[in-house]
This record gives sequence, C-alpha cells and structure tokens, in this order.
Amino acid sequence: MKISYYPGCTLKTKAKELDVTARLCATALGVEMEEIENWQCCGAVYPTGTDEIATKLSAVRALDYAKHHGGKLLTLCSACHNVIKRTNEDMKADGDICFRANNYLKLDAPYKGETEVLHYLEMLKNVVGFDNIKKAVVNPINRKVGAYYGCLLLRPSGVMAFDNPENPTIIEDFIKAIGGTPVTYPFRNECCGAYVSLKNAELPKQKSRKVLTSAKEKGAEEVITACPLCLYNLQVNGDNILPVKYFTELLAEALGVKA
Amino acid sequence: MTKTERIENLNRLSGTDVRKCMKCGKCSGRCPAFKEMDIKPHQFVSMLGQGKIDELLACNAIWNCLSCMACVERCPRGVAPAAVVEAVRDTVVRAQGANGIKAEDIPPIVDEYIPQQLLVSAYRKYNK
Repeated sequence: MKISYYPGCTLKTKAKELDVTARLCATALGVEMEEIENWQCCGAVYPTGTDEIATKLSAVRALDYAKHHGGKLLTLCSACHNVIKRTNEDMKADGDICFRANNYLKLDAPYKGETEVLHYLEMLKNVVGFDNIKKAVVNPINRKVGAYYGCLLLRPSGVMAFDNPENPTIIEDFIKAIGGTPVTYPFRNECCGAYVSLKNAELPKQKSRKVLTSAKEKGAEEVITACPLCLYNLQVNGDNILPVKYFTELLAEALGVKA
Repeated sequence: MTKTERIENLNRLSGTDVRKCMKCGKCSGRCPAFKEMDIKPHQFVSMLGQGKIDELLACNAIWNCLSCMACVERCPRGVAPAAVVEAVRDTVVRAQGANGIKAEDIPPIVDEYIPQQLLVSAYRKYNK
C-alpha cells in the first residue's frame, strides 16, 4: 500500500538515518512511503496561544495535500507528529482557527481536519501488525532495550491518543516484535530537556542524565527514540551513559535491510 | 490598555480557565523543570486568577518551561498551566526588542550535532 509521508526538516539533515532506515523498512514490510510535495517545516513546536494561526499553516497545507492523496498522513519525527496532529485537531474542533486558517490558504475546498495523522509506530502496529514484523525478522535483537517515549508522542493524551500517557507499551511491544527484551524504567516518558539548552544549558544535561541513569539502573543496554531532539540531548547532554539510537535503526537491523 | 484588559488578554491567549483550578499542586509536582522555575506552574494559574500579571511578566520561569505538557496531562480539572506559561511568554516576546534569544549568541553554543528541530523550536518559543 501507498501512504503520504511528511519527513520534516531534521530528517533531511541531521537525522537522515531515521528517514532512510524507516523508508527501507517500510518497503520491506510492503508499505510505500510517498513523500508529499512541497512540504515545509512544521515549526517543531505546537503553539498554544489561541490567536496563533500563521504558525500552523504549514501543517494545514501538508494535511490538505494528504487529504487528496490517500487521506492519511504518515509522520516519523515525534515533533512533526505532535504539531501536525494537534493542528489537525484544531481544524476539526476549533471553528475560529479553522475559519481563519482557511481564509489564509484559500484552498479549493476548506480543510476541516479530514486527514488521519498516523505515526510510523502506529503504522507498524495497526497497518503492518507486530505479528507480521515478528515473522519478517531475520536478525533478532537479542539485547535489553529501553524505550524512550519523551513528551511529544504522548502528550496531551486527549489529542495525541497515542498510548496510555503514564504507562505506554507500544515501543516495548515493538522491541518484543524485533526479538529484543524491553526494559521498563520510570523516566521513559519524562522530558529530555528539549530546546531549553539555548537559554539554560544545564537543564537538558540534568534531565538527559536522569533518563539514561534510570534506564541503565533497570538493566537497559541501549535506548531507542523516535525524536531527533531527544536523541541529541540524550547523546550529547547525557554523558554517553548508554548508546541511543532511532527505533528504525533497530528495525532495519532486525529485518536485515541495509542503508 | 487597562490592567483589566491585559488580564483578559492573557486569559484569552492561554485558552484555559484558571478558575477551575482546585489548588492540588499536581502540575508543579510533576514539572521536570520545577527547581528552575522561579514561579511554579500552579502559581502561574493562581496568579493569573488573582490578576498578579506584572510579577508573571517579569519572571524567569517562562524561559525554563520545557513545554513537555506534563502539567497539562496531570491536571485533574482540565486546566492547562503550560498554556498560561506560554501566554505570558508570548505576551513578553511579542513586544519590540524583547526576544528571548539573539541570533549572534547562537553560533558559539551550537555544536555539529545540533538538530534543526532544536533551533526551530527555540526560535518559535523564545522569539517573535
């Protein structure tokens, strides 16, 4: 099957391995990711100010494109997923934002939140199925792996509806499917320190060390994430306490596909 | 603008009803930046309710909030403390010359691994 895909700015630059491994694995699993045309950066953070419209327009453009190309929009970066999914909810449920965004865009037909936003992990779980992934594994990951969810995939759960926000299991189920042993640790859904390093360099260091120390104490040998900013903070600010990879890198290893 | 209008503006910009707060403190209990917040998440909610906006607009906490939405997630009353923090930050940085980061300060603190996502996020949050 084909699915419209929104890569986002970082996946074309510092997080190429996330994009490349995800595409190769999807092909191996029978899903063709079709990059949407003329996408623009989503803005990386969802603006909560109720009068913010211009900052949401690139997400609306991508959503409208996907509406006319299969009706689903696949995301991979946690930040893109958060921004696009929350903006989609605004277009669906907030008449004022929907009206004003459509005024700006002058689309052929108004966009009203029709597109379904799907994260790559949700695609693996609900479209491919973890059982089918298990069958496709040629190199089981015989390691103890800690899932790092961070914030953006889970919260606010009322809109994201990704998993249980306090006790998520989707990445642990993914780790099991590729032959690894998931390690559950308390800080897996705590913030890594995000973008604050530009104002307060110490805070992301404390937060990232705490996450990795927590994972290590519970026996993890490595940690996986879907977010380039989390990866950066955990790797650069986390003192190399544990190796950190994108979840798609482990999937590629398990499926035996090489970039 | 009168003070009442400025308070109304902040309430409208936050999109959350601070009067629903029952002062349980779960938002601040969960905040991962708690120690760095000179005004705590629960205080943002109660101070906006009391109209103490000059203190809010002068605080340092708006630069340390991680926008992780943990406070929003845990609130049993459906209040969004993070949206109050963002309304205050927006109000501050939307004024001329009040951006939180300056472009010329960035190169010395950027390393070769820094993802675009970090720079875009910080610029969106701290600058207008």
